[in-house]
Amino acid sequence: MATTITQTESLVGKRIRRKEDPRLITGTATYVEDIQMPGMHHAAILRSPHAAARIRSIDIQKALSHPGVVAVFTGADVEGVGPVPCGASLPGLRVPAHSVLARDRVYFVGHPVAVVVATDRYIAADALDLIEVDYEPAQAVADPEKALEPGAPAVHPEWPDNIAFTYHQQGGEPDQAFAQAEVVVKQRMTSQRLIPTAMETRGVVAEYRGVEKQLTLYSSTQIPHLMRTLVAQMLGLAENRLRVITPEVGGGFGSKLNVYAEEALMGFVAMKIGKPVKWIESRRENFQCTIHGRGHVDYYEIAAKKDGTVLGLKLKLIQDLGAYHQLLTPAIPTLSVLMMPGLYKFRNVSADIVGVFTNCVPTDAYRGAGRPEATHGVERMMDLLAAELRMDPAELRLKNFIGADEFPYATATGLSYDSGDYAAPLKKAMEVADYNGLRQEQAKAREAGRLMGIGIATYGEICAFGPSPATPAGGWESATVKIEPSGQVTVMTGTSPHGQGEETTFAQIVADELGVPLDDVVVIHGDTAIVQYGIGTFGSRATAVGGPALFYALQSLKEKIRKFGEVLLESDDVTFSGGLCICNKSGRTVELAKVAGASYRALKLPPNTEPGLVATYFWEPPNFAFPFGAHIVVTEVDRDTGQVEVKRYVAVDDCGRIINPLLVEGQIHGGVIQGLGQALYEQAVYDENGQLVTGELTDYAIPKATMAPRIETDHTVTPSPVNPLGVKGVGEAGTIGCSPAVVNSVVDALSSFGVRHIDMPLTPEKLWRLMQAGGRA
Amino acid sequence: MKRKITLKINGKIYSHEVEPRMLLIHYLREIAGFTGPHVGCETSLCGACTVSVDGKAVKSCTMFAVQADAREVLTIEGLATDGKLSSIQEAFWNEHALQCGFCTPGMIMASRQLLERNPHPTEPEIRHGLEGNLCRCTGYQHIVNAVQAAAKAGA
Repeated sequence: MATTITQTESLVGKRIRRKEDPRLITGTATYVEDIQMPGMHHAAILRSPHAAARIRSIDIQKALSHPGVVAVFTGADVEGVGPVPCGASLPGLRVPAHSVLARDRVYFVGHPVAVVVATDRYIAADALDLIEVDYEPAQAVADPEKALEPGAPAVHPEWPDNIAFTYHQQGGEPDQAFAQAEVVVKQRMTSQRLIPTAMETRGVVAEYRGVEKQLTLYSSTQIPHLMRTLVAQMLGLAENRLRVITPEVGGGFGSKLNVYAEEALMGFVAMKIGKPVKWIESRRENFQCTIHGRGHVDYYEIAAKKDGTVLGLKLKLIQDLGAYHQLLTPAIPTLSVLMMPGLYKFRNVSADIVGVFTNCVPTDAYRGAGRPEATHGVERMMDLLAAELRMDPAELRLKNFIGADEFPYATATGLSYDSGDYAAPLKKAMEVADYNGLRQEQAKAREAGRLMGIGIATYGEICAFGPSPATPAGGWESATVKIEPSGQVTVMTGTSPHGQGEETTFAQIVADELGVPLDDVVVIHGDTAIVQYGIGTFGSRATAVGGPALFYALQSLKEKIRKFGEVLLESDDVTFSGGLCICNKSGRTVELAKVAGASYRALKLPPNTEPGLVATYFWEPPNFAFPFGAHIVVTEVDRDTGQVEVKRYVAVDDCGRIINPLLVEGQIHGGVIQGLGQALYEQAVYDENGQLVTGELTDYAIPKATMAPRIETDHTVTPSPVNPLGVKGVGEAGTIGCSPAVVNSVVDALSSFGVRHIDMPLTPEKLWRLMQAGGRA
Repeated sequence: MKRKITLKINGKIYSHEVEPRMLLIHYLREIAGFTGPHVGCETSLCGACTVSVDGKAVKSCTMFAVQADAREVLTIEGLATDGKLSSIQEAFWNEHALQCGFCTPGMIMASRQLLERNPHPTEPEIRHGLEGNLCRCTGYQHIVNAVQAAAKAGA
């Protein structure tokens, strides 16, 4: 019998447009705010206008009697609700009690004080003005270095100072290395507070069915399952009585990798009033109350030989924690320490972190979470060292990279870098940018009086979080693959994509493994009632940890398909390939849809085999994955205005094997522009009284289309040996590589003024003043 | 206090009693049921709420519903005809001009006006034309590519 075997073309590696997009470009996707329910009420939250104050009294009577208001709750009402959780633990960590509504004190501007529930969102907003709170303002402290000074106002009066923790990590013999060094360079630098600014603010819809004792929360989050576990604890609910659904999520960048007061609060409200309730965060609330990122003051010292060989690196890191710990707040700076050696052979390092409470909103994971700060530090220090030694910054880097033959490489901070060839992306970037030509052009520009700069940054990042022993809540990921009786495939992933595109990339993997068309694959995520437990999407982990879980689930299904193929083909020599079971003796075939149907019909089962084609796999990664890359940025600074123009941006990244180049480009572009935001434009500013000055998009400058340069992307491909797909993760790479590359470029442009370092953001005013002062800040 | 408004949305007549203070975006989303346009900032900076009113792109968070009385509104839901995407929607899809998709309806409506006014824009003209619409995911490059592709396709 003649057989035609159709070898389906591999989809992994192809530029495939996304399966997610039709609903998004037609306005038919459902975000939290789009949810309407019969009898739905609206909540609005009264927030503290003071950074620090005692609450003498709260009068809710006027608000309660306002027509349309059904309830008002204050701190006294929520004593039964558990604290907002912190998942990170460090020795000696001070953990302040974090109630979902303020009790007798407020600790930052925006601290939730009361919640109004009304029949209409306008009425709820009106009623906020009718609540009278008698505050006794106290002295606040918003600057982390000032918060460490003796006599600083105590953020939490129960402790004598504002130190939440100290943390020391050391590798090798740093003191000895510094004693032997021929060159030591020191620099203080900051990584300013940033506001993540997902375009969709947070929001929650809560619905309680009292008879069934069943609470459903719709939340714009990156971690539906963890939220379910933690909010159930806060509300004293059985975990299986809480369902968390993440509808379409309009961006997160780490700001939705959290469990916030409002999630439990809306659950509490829905249970109290017996009606569904919706709370949608305003942009002002988003800036005041959703976590901020970064918030470092870093003191670096680098030790080297005169020939440029690096010997040691020391760091004193002051982390602005804000007033409370959110889910991972205290853990974030420890990631900076892990990655402080960057791509270089630093055998001697030491780091001391001081975590400081301030009267500000908590900091926590924001795109890169600790690694942009670390990369900024080491890459600035490499440039400072190069300037000190009058070496070319590229040459200094190439001299000190970990060699391509040294992997896996054990770092001085205890990590094992999985694979790499760190010189490759730098050399490629230099080739793409024509580095030598640029230096010649720069010399001419300088002769003509133009301030042209060339900046290099190379980066390594720790991602694919991560082995469970190294994570607070388990670092595995899960996938279930169901082949339906008619042969289509449904995937349920424990990750929670919100723009990254795994509905497409995971379908590509399935299509290749099972030989089915892309359109026959549906990827479901973000509903705890449907999807098996999962960890979520953050830390560049969804493809790097969720992908392998899917891959292994597919392998076990393929074996089961093959066994059913043996039954149907009445053969003991069958392979499954390209969507067909093939008898290797007769050449006869049976297609997947028939095998699937037979597996559910179950007239004849293979030995020791259950009916049906469903497989679930929980994959525990043996290590993190470590992507890397090199960015080269050409800038020109306007001598008269201090304005920076990015003339060229070359990004060569190595994220291991690429599933979909189109989507990887998108991640790099977006990441780079967020990094550029930090380098040039963005800064969350609190005044000395703890007022958030940058409280709206009018005052907080995220990049617009005119502020973003065109990015030239390229890749090297070094597969990760950690997972069977060879992927490494790419969500944060652009952000991590960008800020040091831009700052190195601008410092280079202003080197003729004697400028050695500039703290971000590099605003025109800052640069103009530097130039006027002849380079002295 | 409520006032009656009658307007055309995506080609159909709608008539409702609304409070004079109700914003057009809230009317469109919550009363008329068009949840494509989004609220991203309430201060007319992000452009996620952009719709077309009498042929002009408008940030519907800065317009009252009563001001749209007797006018013609087009939202993202009205762009595809008979299930066929407009060339701008198609270009956004092909060029991967969106990630989370939250800014996309407004971005597409702004792009549409940009191309109506200037069918063959340069890259700086595209970037300038989209300055009132913020995107935090894409870094704008693929959005610019999409507008260029739509221009080429004769959007």
